[in-house]
Amino acid sequence: MSNVFVVGEIKDGELKKISRELTSAARKIADTLGGQVEVLLIGAGAEKFAGDLGAVGADKVLTADAGDFNAEAYANIISENVKAKKPSVVLMPHTGYGKDYSPRVAVKIGAGIVADVVGLSVDGGKVIGKKPIYSGKAYANIKVTTDIQAFTVRPNSQELGSKAGAGAVEAAAAGAGDVKVKVTGTELSGGSKIQLTEASIIVSGGRGMKGPENFPMLQSLADLLGAALGASRAAVDSGWISHSHQVGQTGKTVSPNCYIACGISGSIQHMAGMGSSKYIVAVNKDPEAPIFKVATYGVVADLFEVVPALTAEFKKVLG
Amino acid sequence: MKVVVLVKQVPDTETNIKLGDKSINEAGIKWIISPYDEFAIEEGIKLREKNGGEVIAVSVGPDRVQDVLRTSYAMGVDKAVHIKVDDYNTFDSLFTSQLIANFAKAEAADIILAGRQAIDTDSSQVPVQIAEELGAGHVVLAIKIEINGTSAKITREVEGGTATVETSLPVVVTATKGLNEPRYPSLKGIMSAKKKPIDVKQAADLGAPASRIEVVGLEPPPPRIAGRKLEAADAAGFASQLVKALREEAKVI
Ligand SMILES: Cc1cc2nc3c(=O)[nH]c(=O)nc-3n(C[C@H](O)[C@H](O)[C@H](O)COP(=O)(O)OP(=O)(O)OC[C@H]3O[C@@H](n4cnc5c(N)ncnc54)[C@H](O)[C@@H]3O)c2cc1C
Repeated sequence: MSNVFVVGEIKDGELKKISRELTSAARKIADTLGGQVEVLLIGAGAEKFAGDLGAVGADKVLTADAGDFNAEAYANIISENVKAKKPSVVLMPHTGYGKDYSPRVAVKIGAGIVADVVGLSVDGGKVIGKKPIYSGKAYANIKVTTDIQAFTVRPNSQELGSKAGAGAVEAAAAGAGDVKVKVTGTELSGGSKIQLTEASIIVSGGRGMKGPENFPMLQSLADLLGAALGASRAAVDSGWISHSHQVGQTGKTVSPNCYIACGISGSIQHMAGMGSSKYIVAVNKDPEAPIFKVATYGVVADLFEVVPALTAEFKKVLG
Repeated sequence: MKVVVLVKQVPDTETNIKLGDKSINEAGIKWIISPYDEFAIEEGIKLREKNGGEVIAVSVGPDRVQDVLRTSYAMGVDKAVHIKVDDYNTFDSLFTSQLIANFAKAEAADIILAGRQAIDTDSSQVPVQIAEELGAGHVVLAIKIEINGTSAKITREVEGGTATVETSLPVVVTATKGLNEPRYPSLKGIMSAKKKPIDVKQAADLGAPASRIEVVGLEPPPPRIAGRKLEAADAAGFASQLVKALREEAKVI
């Protein structure tokens, strides 16, 4: 039997979409290899999401609570459960949390790991992970040669499945163990609750935005669409918007369904962060801007006219 | 205080990448220090300036990685160590992390600094794996580091804000933008860096583990769906066309 073990994610009491994406991908692998899909969810009230995960293919949902997020505690709990369940494949999210605990899990369970994959396939009983490399200039296909094959998977890269599993709930081992790093305080900067790296729509502004006073215009479009707000480094370095919004090589890597770039030229470093977006919309005055080479829909026009018109039009159709 | 800084050599982002069978064709590649590692080098030097001690830069790879170690010297590290692996597989994070962990253990490092990710693979695995292998704590995405004797107080980025954490040494910390402004190597630094010795260690002597992954092949990125420029007389025209395309064609909104 080749079971697939998924680590899901709950944040602020909500099931993150990546959990369903990973479960869907796991279902396909398990069906090919002949096995079950077990999803571990760590967090208070995890049981209530079993139905959601069962609907996309989870046979079993293992639940554990460990208080506030701590990478070492999560790594301990995850590896303890992997060791107990002996799956042949482990899928973890390539999110902020996942990047924090997955390296420790790989070491603890003695598994080779391929990180930040956007594609998963099976060949000769082994999973092959496909990952973008060199700023998206190439893709590498990599398999893992240890008994357990571990992968971290980029959010928004997997289709949601429609094949249901049993979705049975089971309490999991939850030994957090000793942790060396303790959080003594957090400071939230407020702003939008939609995280860039997981957003399915992103509205992003660059140097063409001209100043900080114009970002609220983009924010209202983003709010209307349930989108996250992004920015180029030029906008961040000019101090118009905080670095947490930066998309690109020295910012965040995003893979939304739709990326709307306003006044962004499309430098290679920016594209390194958003080049894998499914649909790209570019609003730019300059018809020669490199962003048009990757844009699904190009609008050669002044963003100060197009963005408000777009907001008005969406208001009309979205009611 | 002993600081070990991880330095990875990567192709410059602007470099044209030509694919070989299982790795890239290195001819004509311009190599640089992975940009986040520069924040780590700078922080190592700052910590030494404040707390005394020594900063050791370490890089794993073939002989060409000595270039980034020279640059690290020029920025001000005290010692450079090259862990030599001729057929280095840049994707095998566990191989790299075990070599460096074994090295750091032998050095009894107090703090190990690295960039938050290398820009060739973007895997974000090696530093935290080293922490696990050393039985040490780790903090990713640091924007402020204070060392007080045998403990550290670190401010890190979290989604939607920052968090302050405390931990004992040794600790592995990854650097992100905002931690500092990396200094440019001075001309004097560059000149003297040329003469400084690089300590070459063979991977086999550090207990190089067997590879746990296998590269099946590289391929070019999938072609993007042919784009099209919308035509309209005015902003309202663009808006209605775009909304229609996104809702009816792409079905994303
Ligand atoms: C090591 C390194 C790392 C980097 N990392 C990143 C990164 O993570 N993210 C990133 O984004 N960049 C990064 N950069 C910077 C990158 O090279 C570019 O400088 C940056 O992306 C440019 O931002 P921009 O497109 O907003 O600005 P510009 O290139 O100046 O483009 C502005 C665009 O706005 C258009 N415009 C102006 N006014 C209007 C208007 N009224 N209406 C419509 N269009 C208008 C212009 O035609 C132009 O195309 C990095 C660079 C280096 C060297």
